[in-house]
Amino acid sequence: MDHRFREYLRTLGEDLKRDWQLYLLLAPMVIWFVLFLYKPMDGLQIAFKDFSIFRGVAASPWVGFAHFQELFNNGLFIRAFFNTIIISSIGLIFAFPVPIILALMFNEVQSAVARRWAQTVVYLPHFISVVIVAGIVINFLSPSTGVINILLKWVGLEPIYFLTQPEWFRTIFIGSSVWKEAGFESIVYLAAIAGVSPTLYESARVDGASRWQMMWRITLPCILPTIIIMLIIRIGNLVEVGFEYIILLYQPSTYETADVVSTFIYRTGLQGTQYDLATAAGLFNAVIAFVLVYSANRISRKLSSTSLW
Amino acid sequence: MAAFNLYTRGDKIFGWANAVLLTLFVLSTLYPFIYILAVSVSSGAAVTSGKVTFFPVGLTLAAYERVLSDKMFWVAYGNTFIYTFGGTLMSLLIMIPGAYALSRKRLRGRTFFNIAIAFTLWFNAGMIPFFLNMRDLGLLDSRFGIIIGFACNAFNVILLRNFFEAVPKSFEEAAKMDGASEIQLLWKVFIPLSKPAIVTVALFCIVSRWNGYFWAMVLLRGEDKIPLQVYLKRVIVDLNSNDEFASSLLNAQYSFETVTAAIMVASIIPVLIIYPYAQRYFTKGILLGGVKE
Repeated sequence: MDHRFREYLRTLGEDLKRDWQLYLLLAPMVIWFVLFLYKPMDGLQIAFKDFSIFRGVAASPWVGFAHFQELFNNGLFIRAFFNTIIISSIGLIFAFPVPIILALMFNEVQSAVARRWAQTVVYLPHFISVVIVAGIVINFLSPSTGVINILLKWVGLEPIYFLTQPEWFRTIFIGSSVWKEAGFESIVYLAAIAGVSPTLYESARVDGASRWQMMWRITLPCILPTIIIMLIIRIGNLVEVGFEYIILLYQPSTYETADVVSTFIYRTGLQGTQYDLATAAGLFNAVIAFVLVYSANRISRKLSSTSLW
Repeated sequence: MAAFNLYTRGDKIFGWANAVLLTLFVLSTLYPFIYILAVSVSSGAAVTSGKVTFFPVGLTLAAYERVLSDKMFWVAYGNTFIYTFGGTLMSLLIMIPGAYALSRKRLRGRTFFNIAIAFTLWFNAGMIPFFLNMRDLGLLDSRFGIIIGFACNAFNVILLRNFFEAVPKSFEEAAKMDGASEIQLLWKVFIPLSKPAIVTVALFCIVSRWNGYFWAMVLLRGEDKIPLQVYLKRVIVDLNSNDEFASSLLNAQYSFETVTAAIMVASIIPVLIIYPYAQRYFTKGILLGGVKE
């Protein structure tokens, strides 16, 4: 054992001497990851402590799972947790298919020029900040000057103050997210479609298949593995929602449907300075997210390596 | 598919229906931009009375004059440039050498470092510990904190590393024959050969820096340090419900709506300028990145 250890140190010394330049190049990045991503993990212990910012992490007394108990008895946290899952699930049902349909539609456009223009336009909102998207939504839905309410007035309906009404929040959030991201997400599917062998279409053509049939029977089955993988990734991210965007759109009157775990953490921790409770909520969410992502990744690896399709 | 000419009537109808639906989608993507642009150049009175839906009414640049004469707007704009260029430069300075070292197969501890970096894709400490850590490091309310604190991410490191790994051995061997050191090898061989990947990562950084608001809002206190997105958020979101502020903006030429629309247009313009490049490289980057550990 002692011999092996000495041998290990000797080869280590040799490697370090040979590759010192590489380690020098690597060092800043390693320091960065330690300082900004690993060191905060030490701060996670305050989820189990009665943390006071003046005492510091180390000197704060342990309280076990008290914060977690408090969370599970807290109706607001439970509400935020279920809101997270509800918003993600609605997004999965209504938003997930949109980029697939878009990719299929792009693929059927015959003119390369028209296709490139259409793509350029629908990718654009991805590059716009959520603050601007929120600004556009607020402008659009304004009860007095917004275009949606102008339309409602034209057809003789009462104007609706959409952003103050909890029943409208999820629709607005998911609808505007689709507007922002669906076009860009179609890139992945377009890449998959580009990989479909042209001979499949040629032989189908010889057999007298219509374009509609070819889309359903060739294109769609061929990109199914990609769809499944994207679906699994999406399920893995079920407890993550775009909270930076929600913070911009929600208000106390819509918390009932809009408040998610991350916005709850933001309000309790950063605005309310209950750091320990908020950290516990974050840890709870992160553990669930980790389990989901990890299992999703396992399943996707299995599916893509056994090539079921 | 353009090679087929033998279309049946059904195929033609299908083609038309597809074109119509897609055109509708494209128009609905475009419409919000047109609307905001129309509002920004309309008169405040016309917008307030609900006359603007597509074309500008009472054409005026008053809202832009109001915005461009606001000192805070320019301070925030300048800060965004500092964070975008400083941050992107910092990201490249740290990630390129690091990813290069990790791409060298013989590097001892390589697997350990790779796993440690990939792990951060799956798990991170979260909002509060990150915030407290920034506080401990003395990086609250600091421009440098914004620049350094978000310099790296695992996705970009993996993208660069995968690209470096794919550089053909022959280039490297030729340089080694001439007695090049590792640092020279990176500088003279790998960086020039990896331009597409580097440009892609740089563009990822630029766009996320330009658009980022959340941490700037949380970490920065000084008015003189806030970037454009935080300024926008204050004007558009926080002041929206503030009637007093809204009515202070109301005169015949501009109103709250036209002013906020003008700010939005002004902050989108730089995005539109780099967009043609960004689009090309992002498409590639998304496909390159297809995160292989």
